[in-house]
Amino acid sequence: MVKQDNAFVKEFPQNLFSGFVVSLVALPLGLGLAIASEAPPLAGIIAAVVGGLVVSLFGGSHVTIAGPGNGLVIVLLASISTLGEGDLYQGYLYTLAAIILSGVLLFVFGLLRMGAMSEFFPATALQGMLAAIGLGILAKQFHIMLGIRSVGGSTLEQLLAIPDSFLTFLAVHPFAGVLGFLSLVFLFLYSRFRNSYFQLIPAPMWVVVASVGIGYYYRLVLKQALPIGQDLLIKIPDNLISSFPIPLFDKIFDFNFIGVVFSITLIAVIESLLSIKAVDKLDPKKRRSNVNKDLRALGLASIISGFLGGLNVVTVIARSSVNVNNGGTNRSANFFHAAFLVFFIVLLRNQIKMIPMTSLAAILVYTGYKLATPENLLRVYKIGPEQALIFLITLVTTLLSNLIVGISIGVLFTFFTHLFLSNSLLLFTLNIFKPNVLMFREEQSGNYYVSVKNFCSFLNFYRLKKKLNQIPEAEHAIVDLSLCDFVDHTVMEGLQDYHRSFERKNGVFEIIGLDIHASETDHPFSVRKSLPINTLIGLKNALTNRQKDLGEFAKQKGWEYLSVIDSNPKGLNGFLFFDSKTVNYSLNSLRDQNNKFSVFDLYYSEGAFITKEDLKSTFVLFKSPVELPVFVLDKENFKTAFYQLAGFNDINFDEHPDFSKRFHLSGNDNQAIRKLFSSEIIYFFESHPFFHIESNGKKILIKGKNRLSSLQEVKIMLTFAHDLANRLEKEKKN
Amino acid sequence: MAFHPFKTLLFGFAFSPSLKANVFEVIRLASCFKASLLFVHVGEETAEKKRVFQLLLEECPEKPKSISIHWIQGAPVQVLHQMCLDFKVDLLLIGALKRENVFRFYLGSIARKLTRGSPCSVLLMLNPSVDRHPCKHIVVNGFDSPQTQDTVEASFFVGGALGSQKITLVEEISENRVAVDVNDDKSLRRSILKKEKINRQEQIRVEDLVKKIQLSQKVGLQWETQSIFGRRGYSIGHYARVVRADLLVMNAQENLGFLARFFPKDIEHILAELPTDVLIIQSGSHG
Repeated sequence: MVKQDNAFVKEFPQNLFSGFVVSLVALPLGLGLAIASEAPPLAGIIAAVVGGLVVSLFGGSHVTIAGPGNGLVIVLLASISTLGEGDLYQGYLYTLAAIILSGVLLFVFGLLRMGAMSEFFPATALQGMLAAIGLGILAKQFHIMLGIRSVGGSTLEQLLAIPDSFLTFLAVHPFAGVLGFLSLVFLFLYSRFRNSYFQLIPAPMWVVVASVGIGYYYRLVLKQALPIGQDLLIKIPDNLISSFPIPLFDKIFDFNFIGVVFSITLIAVIESLLSIKAVDKLDPKKRRSNVNKDLRALGLASIISGFLGGLNVVTVIARSSVNVNNGGTNRSANFFHAAFLVFFIVLLRNQIKMIPMTSLAAILVYTGYKLATPENLLRVYKIGPEQALIFLITLVTTLLSNLIVGISIGVLFTFFTHLFLSNSLLLFTLNIFKPNVLMFREEQSGNYYVSVKNFCSFLNFYRLKKKLNQIPEAEHAIVDLSLCDFVDHTVMEGLQDYHRSFERKNGVFEIIGLDIHASETDHPFSVRKSLPINTLIGLKNALTNRQKDLGEFAKQKGWEYLSVIDSNPKGLNGFLFFDSKTVNYSLNSLRDQNNKFSVFDLYYSEGAFITKEDLKSTFVLFKSPVELPVFVLDKENFKTAFYQLAGFNDINFDEHPDFSKRFHLSGNDNQAIRKLFSSEIIYFFESHPFFHIESNGKKILIKGKNRLSSLQEVKIMLTFAHDLANRLEKEKKN
Repeated sequence: MAFHPFKTLLFGFAFSPSLKANVFEVIRLASCFKASLLFVHVGEETAEKKRVFQLLLEECPEKPKSISIHWIQGAPVQVLHQMCLDFKVDLLLIGALKRENVFRFYLGSIARKLTRGSPCSVLLMLNPSVDRHPCKHIVVNGFDSPQTQDTVEASFFVGGALGSQKITLVEEISENRVAVDVNDDKSLRRSILKKEKINRQEQIRVEDLVKKIQLSQKVGLQWETQSIFGRRGYSIGHYARVVRADLLVMNAQENLGFLARFFPKDIEHILAELPTDVLIIQSGSHG
């Protein structure tokens, strides 16, 4: 325990910093999500503050951030506008009661350990539903972004009205509309700027800061009123304490009200669980979250938030990934994010009142677009045409009716496609209640062996998951599907997730029995799924010029060149660089004869959801001739300097001030690193071109630019790698 | 309640396509066990049937200690059970279909009815064959039950008689005994420690069972233990399938009521989905 406390104190500054950055995202999103739900703007902030405080104290996850969720906008909006029968404020008060009750339900789910509930939904149907939510947000907010508030009706009608609004907005609210539109353009382009100063402030905050800045420019420089109508500016009450609303519980037995409670709970559970699962994969410390404990905390937070007039609290993926990217390591970051929000609301009230709704709407349009991005449909289509059909049917029914009906139809339709594909009703009806999973630890080898029989689909995946969750990720697990006649897409995708988390903790996760299976029972569905990326991009025949050059270069050197996609690149474990990033696949790998040096293009991503950035770089990886400590050597810049202030350790050398100033060196074992970085080695780094370099103890990784490197650059990197290897070899002799 | 070797076997036959394979298998078993064999046909005795059966017996290369053939009319299940009692049969042999369809599952086929009410041990033969099919690997349950000692002894006896190479004693441990819910890393560690502890206890218990068996029966047989965590009765069938066991030896169970078929447990799981040949030991049976 003492050690843990030390870590907490040591990591205190970086969590404080990370909490600050997250609050920069949470402020505009909180305001925006509340406005989009037709609730008072502060309702979103209240949810974020209560979520941050309660979940950080009682939650069971580590680096997640809690607050108002995107998925709930549609349900809350429907609830506020229908329950109040036209009176939005009245509807808001009824909705608060619904939020409180759904918080109670959420808490009970946590108590009953129903964290597995979201696993009963097929992955594709869930995606279809999320896309519908995204479209719903986008359709409504697009008009507001252009300054037009009069468009109403169903999501489809609003979508159809978009061209119309686009043509007319310049006449109605030219200034606010253009501001909103430019904000949207900026959000789409933000990830293109890879400048560390610029990226320090998250995109939504830039939008807000810029629009408030424009307001000040008008007021202070041009000495005139902002050309934006009062109805397009955010309204928050002057007295924060006295204006708490009182939830109305009168409609508690009303059919619509009960429907709202269930919808809110359903979406809250699904959004939270999906987020927690995704964030666990980004956690640099590779911990496993206690999902049920988190659900209890979220339920409690929703109850409190509802009584204070806030929206309900869920775990949110985008803000959580911002937290991870900025060095958040424990729940205190969530706490600090809430604390900073309180600070903003109390001190910057006048500035918040200057934020135009059109800018916030732009942020929401971007969020909606990310939920409903056509890429999702394309990806699903590549897995199988029937998956695309499931996706579209769920999407359309959700748009035409409501979320509960939509997801139910999606589940039913998925089941029917399974019946159609497996051509056997008995397989499902006979076996659904049977414990179809056997797991045991082989007594000789110590491996965990898991055998699944009959069928495995979203209907009974929870059984397999229950067993798999009992295996520590650092062990060797073998999943045998040879006795299983049917495996669906949800399961294959879930197993891939397990594969990743085992890989992260240096365990082994093998799936066997599918190959025999395919030839035996003609099973295109599962087999196609097992190689998703290979089918996604068929680059085999059309080599680019760069690929030809690389191939030519390999031939000259007598190296091996592979242009195929490898969805599971090996040897990247243990590098700190990938701890909070997801490796997608590698491409174009060059390897020397002794298998010592390799060059490859790596496609990876950082963050998730609206803060997700897909990146690619060229890397050189080589075996070190000597045993090394784990270290990271990077260029000293504004961000690393700031981190240093925030407590990240930079190993500096008094006798080499130039090196210490230019390079940021960090690692776990200070002594060993100091020993390794002798004067010769330091001189070597000073006199060679700069690269981001990491060691995982055995191998050294050299990262090129934040884009793919040209052949010329690859050659420079390789020469550098060879020189470094020689240098280290000499060190060994000394 | 020591286990007694099988001295008298009974096989109820019908004129089905698999008759030849069944008869060959049964005769082979009887000569392996050095036991006498009773053939019983429930139905009319005709000259034609008699001739066909006699031909089959002559065709078979192996000859057991003694063979007797009985032709009796009546309800098959009752007749066979009565025969078992009258002749002090030690082992009832039944040819079984691999997987019964839903309809028959709930009605209970003859094979299943025979198994459920049998006064003696039962061998359900799934893959009878004309040629000898070696029985290499036997899986036997190691439930914590007084009957288990007999069952384990029986498996060593059968293993010795059939020249098996390996016996695996499987302890099925109910998940409830672990009683730790895996939520996060901490509870995962706790559950693993608990499992290891239970595992050790179970192994010691099962090894004690084997120690009690006479040395002469254990010669030439490799044996090992394996703990599996899962629902009793169900997991062991799955395990037997996974390791491709040739024979699964199980305890018989008392009180298999009608309701047990709707809420299958223990042996009912095995009967519903026969993984391989199954030998059910009725402990303390006469003979």
